[in-house]
Amino acid sequence: MKVWQCIVCGFIYDEAQGIPEDGIAAGTRFEDIPENWECPDCGVAKADFEMVEIG
Amino acid sequence: MIAPAQSLVIVGSGLAAWTLVREFRKLDAQTPITLITRDNGDFYSKPMLSNALSSGKTAAQLVSATSAAMAHQLGVTVMTKTDVTAIDPVACSVTTALGPVTYSRLVLALGADPVRLPLQGDAADRVISVNDLQDYATFRAQLEGAKRVTVIGAGLIGCEFANDLVQAGYEVDVIDPGTHPLGRLLPLEAGQQVQQALAHAGVRFHFGTSVQAVLAAPQGLQVELANGHRLASDLVLSAVGLRPRIALAKAAGLQTARGIVVNRQLQTSQTDIYALGDVAEVEGLLLPYVMPLMQSARTLAAHLAGQPATLRYPAMPVVVKTPAMPVVVSPPLADAQGSWQVNAFSDGVDARFVGSDGTLLGFAIAGKATGQKTVLQKSLPAVLA
Repeated sequence: MKVWQCIVCGFIYDEAQGIPEDGIAAGTRFEDIPENWECPDCGVAKADFEMVEIG
Repeated sequence: MIAPAQSLVIVGSGLAAWTLVREFRKLDAQTPITLITRDNGDFYSKPMLSNALSSGKTAAQLVSATSAAMAHQLGVTVMTKTDVTAIDPVACSVTTALGPVTYSRLVLALGADPVRLPLQGDAADRVISVNDLQDYATFRAQLEGAKRVTVIGAGLIGCEFANDLVQAGYEVDVIDPGTHPLGRLLPLEAGQQVQQALAHAGVRFHFGTSVQAVLAAPQGLQVELANGHRLASDLVLSAVGLRPRIALAKAAGLQTARGIVVNRQLQTSQTDIYALGDVAEVEGLLLPYVMPLMQSARTLAAHLAGQPATLRYPAMPVVVKTPAMPVVVSPPLADAQGSWQVNAFSDGVDARFVGSDGTLLGFAIAGKATGQKTVLQKSLPAVLA
């Protein structure tokens, strides 16, 4: 499981945690999140601003 | 420089300008784009300026793509280190030191300047603000050898810097005339929770007073407060708000208020001139945050590509990056009728602004309660329907 960070706002996406309240189950790999997903904190599109792997 | 007949000229190279280019290129790969910027045009994370210190990031490390890389990737001509000094809406051209640049459509993504309070003292000009990457580089350079930092303003940016600085091992004093941190965003009880958490982390708050003078001292600076207190400091950082850069637009006869006045297509009072980002005032709203900027950039990109598009703002909670006590706030609209219902607990606070009929109109959540963000966000009314 990896941890990713939005390069615009710093939002952390932890694959192990997912975002269950947003319909992304714990354990969802970043690449398996739908392409129309946006960073929940800043609205940056997944396709534009690739999350940086930080862990 | 004579641009091609159909050309899009963008002034600025911050998040607004680059996001517009990205969104526009998704819809139109052909129209020539010229981006004119007074800095070097590199793409970097603006929100990280106020939390990059404790993670050890240098200014260079915050650059995610150089302007040359962006220009190549997106098919844009970038004029760096170039000031735009005038707009001629009749001739459809802007004036630069390198000569006029003509446009068929012009986008002003000029951003905002930090507000600077008038201060007395022989070191008043040594007070700095951090509003762009160059400022951040200056800030980092001035922190070399510094131990004590005074932050003017306990708003979002002031609190984020205070938390970042204290986490990086500096002594931090924060001065604000209000009663609690994030005073314009949070009700008192919620603000007090944030204050306690930051104070526990080491931040010293001075509320109900203001900085009057900054003087040179034998070692560092002396900061004089209106309440008579004096603080020894090595660096003074001002974070008291932003003022949109409207001078250029005003001189060109565009309608301005606090920002450049635009409609829901981001169009100014002048046909073919648009404004976007921190400089733009949409229906009286100045929202200098990333989420509104993203919404605006997408709307403008579609409009410029010839698609029908109207700007709408959903509820857009703002995340305050204060790790000592993280905060998410979605303030009620200016004309909202209701009252705050605050539920404070040991490791957080859940404050909801509720209308007389029980409708949720805004919220401020901190600490553990930030997990409620998505749920609460879904039940909020749109900011601009």
